[in-house]
Amino acid sequence: MNHLQLIIKREYLNKVRNKSFVIMTFLTPVIMVGVFSLVAYLASLNNSTSKEIAILDESGYFGDQFESTDNTTYVYLDNETLEVAKEQSEEKERYGLLYIPKVAKLDLLADQITFYSEDSPSLNVMSDIEDVIEEEVNVLSLRQAGIDAAMIQDMHINIKAHQETYQGQETSEMGSILKLAFGGLAGYLLFMFIIIYGNMIMRSVIEEKTSRIIEVIISSVKPIKLLLGKIIGTSLAGVTQFVMWTILMFVLMTVVPLIFGIDAAEMQTPQQQELMQAAGEGGIENGIAQFLIEANNLPLMNLVIMFLLFFIGGYLLYASLYAAIGAAVDSETDTQQFMMPILLPLILAVYVGIFTVMDNPHGTVSQIFSFIPFTSPVVMLMRIPFGVPVWQQILSVVILFATFIGTVWFAAKIYRVGILMYGKKASYKELLKWLKY
Amino acid sequence: MEKLLVAQNISKNFGEFRALDDASIEVPKGSVFGLLGPNGAGKTTLLRIINQITMPDQGKVFLDGEPLQPHHIQNIGYLPEERGLYKSMKVGEQALYLAQLKGLSKTEAKAKLKYWFDRLEIGDWWDKKIQELSKGMAQKIQFVVTVLHDPKLLIFDEPFSGFDPINANLIKDEILKLRDDGATIIFSTHRMESVEEMCDHIALINKSKKILDGKLLDIKRAYQNNTFDVGLIATNPTEASSLLTDKFNVQPATFKSINDDLKYRIQVAPDASSNDLLHYLSSLGQITHFNEVIPSVNDIFIETINKNN
Repeated sequence: MNHLQLIIKREYLNKVRNKSFVIMTFLTPVIMVGVFSLVAYLASLNNSTSKEIAILDESGYFGDQFESTDNTTYVYLDNETLEVAKEQSEEKERYGLLYIPKVAKLDLLADQITFYSEDSPSLNVMSDIEDVIEEEVNVLSLRQAGIDAAMIQDMHINIKAHQETYQGQETSEMGSILKLAFGGLAGYLLFMFIIIYGNMIMRSVIEEKTSRIIEVIISSVKPIKLLLGKIIGTSLAGVTQFVMWTILMFVLMTVVPLIFGIDAAEMQTPQQQELMQAAGEGGIENGIAQFLIEANNLPLMNLVIMFLLFFIGGYLLYASLYAAIGAAVDSETDTQQFMMPILLPLILAVYVGIFTVMDNPHGTVSQIFSFIPFTSPVVMLMRIPFGVPVWQQILSVVILFATFIGTVWFAAKIYRVGILMYGKKASYKELLKWLKY
Repeated sequence: MEKLLVAQNISKNFGEFRALDDASIEVPKGSVFGLLGPNGAGKTTLLRIINQITMPDQGKVFLDGEPLQPHHIQNIGYLPEERGLYKSMKVGEQALYLAQLKGLSKTEAKAKLKYWFDRLEIGDWWDKKIQELSKGMAQKIQFVVTVLHDPKLLIFDEPFSGFDPINANLIKDEILKLRDDGATIIFSTHRMESVEEMCDHIALINKSKKILDGKLLDIKRAYQNNTFDVGLIATNPTEASSLLTDKFNVQPATFKSINDDLKYRIQVAPDASSNDLLHYLSSLGQITHFNEVIPSVNDIFIETINKNN
C-alpha cells in the first residue's frame, strides 16, 4: 500500500471507530425523529381538546350554517337575551359565544357581529367563523339583489396559466417549488458537510500537533500527502455518517409512526392541511403525475454531475483552509480569530442563495455570487435546477478548482511550517511570513 | 574513513532569522556522532534538513555519496525531540502504521515488531492505548518504531529524556548495539556524560554556525594543555605554596582526598614534561595525588561557546 492509501485508511478508521462518532451516528437520527414525533404529538394534543361555541343568532340568517367538527361543537341558543347567553356560556366554560344581532339591512352585519370569550380566541377559530358568515351573507345579499348565487358559482371561471419556455418546455409552479427544494437541499447539505467535517479535519490536525506525533510522521511522508490523506479520509468518514443518517432516518420515520400510531397527516398544522386540500382540488393523482413530470423535466444528468463537482470542489476548498487553521494554532481555543473569515462567505452563500435565487435565479447578484469560488458551490447548486447556461457552469467550476489549487498550495505552505511551530501565537502577519519560508 | 552522511555548506533562513549559516558536517560510517550546541543554535533545523522535513536554502546533503532524495527516508530513522504518538490508537496498530509509512510491508513489520517487543519485554502492551501508558513506556515504543526498519542512519534527538536511569541505560546499550551491527548514529543531546560515554565524533554548533568538529579524542588532545591536579603534603606549606605560585600558573583544585594537604591545578609550560613537575614537587614534600587534567566534553563545550560568544 502506498503512503496516501495508508494515511486515508488510518484517518478513516480512526474517525469511524471513535466512540463519539459512533454515538453521534446513531443518536442524531433518533434525536431528530424523536423531536419531530414529540412536536407532532404535542400539536395533536393541543388540538384535541374540543371547543364548544355557542351561537346566539337573532338575525335568523344562519339557522344551520355552522357545522360541528371533531374539534369544534356549535350550540345554537334560542330565545335567550344576550345577557343570559353570556352568563350561561361563562358558567359552562364554553370557548366562546358568537352573537349575531337582528339587523334591518344585511350590510349592517359587517361590523355588528361580536364574539365573546374568556381569552382572545385563536386566529383559526375566528377565520373559520368569519368565513362561514361571509359566505352566507354574500349569497343572501346577491339573492336580495335578485341574482342567483348558484349561477354565479357556475359561471365562475378559474384561471390557470400555462408556463412554457421559449424552447417549448412546459414548466409549472410545482416545478419551481421542486427546483427550489432541490437547490436548497443541495446547498444546505454542502454547508452542513463543510462545517461538520471541516471542523473534524481541523481538530485532527491540532491533535497531531498536540500529541507531537507530527514530526515523526513527516519524517516518513510529505506533508502534502498527509494533508490530502487527512482530508480524503475524513471526508469518507463523513460520507459514511451521512449515508448512515439517511438510512436510519428513513427507517425510523417509517417505523416510529407505526409503533406510536401517529398519523402523518396529523403531524401537519391546519394551515398545511388547508394547503394540501387546495393543492388536491385538482385531484391528488393529478398532483403526483405533475410532480413526476416536473421531476423528469429537471436536467437530472446536469444536476447530478454538477452537484458532485461543486460538492467536491467546494468541500475541498474549505477543508484545506480548515486544515491550514489547524496547523497554525496550538489548541482549539486559538482557532476563533481564523474561523470568522471562513464562516462568513459560507453563511453569505447560504443567505444569498436563499434570498436572491428564490427571488430571481438569474439576477445579477445571484450570477455574481455563483462565480465567486467561496460562494459558488452553494449558490450555483441552488441556481442550476432553474437552468443555467453551460458556459456559466463550466466557468464557475473552473474558477472553483483553480482557487482550490491555490488554497491547497496556501494550506500546504501554512501546514508545512505550522505543524512544526509550537508555542508561537499565530497571527495573520505571522502566517504571511510562513508563506515565504 | 568513509562518510555515510555529508552535509555541505548548509544555510537556512526563516524570514529574517538565520537558523543555519554555511554549516557542514561529515558523519563517518559506523560512528556515533554527537551534534552539540546550546539551545536555539540550529541543531534541530539541521536534523530536519537531513530528514527532508525542511529544505535548505543553500547547500547539499549526501547520503552514502548520493544527493539526498525522497526515497532515502527509508534509510533513515529519526527520533525527534518533539515526539509523541496518537493517544487514542492502540500500541500495535500504531507501530504497524508507522512502520508501513517507512516502507515495510505489513508482514515484515509484524515480524520485526515482535522481535523488538520481545527484546524490550513490552509484548503485552500490544493492545493497550497510548494514553494508558506512562511517558517512559511510550518513549520505548517510539524508540522501537525509529529503529524498526533497520535504517543505515539513525538520528536521535535527546533520546534519553523521559527515561529512568535503568531504562536510559537499556536504550544506550541498544543504541551501541545498533552501531556494532553497522548502523551510523547521529546523536543530539545536552547530557554531556552521554556524549563522553558514547560519541566518537562530535560537532559543535553555536548561533547557526558550526564552530568545532572532529574526532572526540583529537579534540580533547587539542584542548589538553599540560595541566595537572596535584596533592602535596608539604614540609613547609606556606613556602611551598608561594614557590609554586611564582613558578607555575596555579589554581586551586577541588579533587577529594583524605589528608589535609595542598591541592592545586598546575599548568606547566608547553615544553616542560610531567616528569619535570613531579621532580620539582617531590623536593617540596610528599606527593599524594598526581593526575593529568583531560578536558571533559562539558569543559570543551563551555569554553568553546564562551570564546565564540
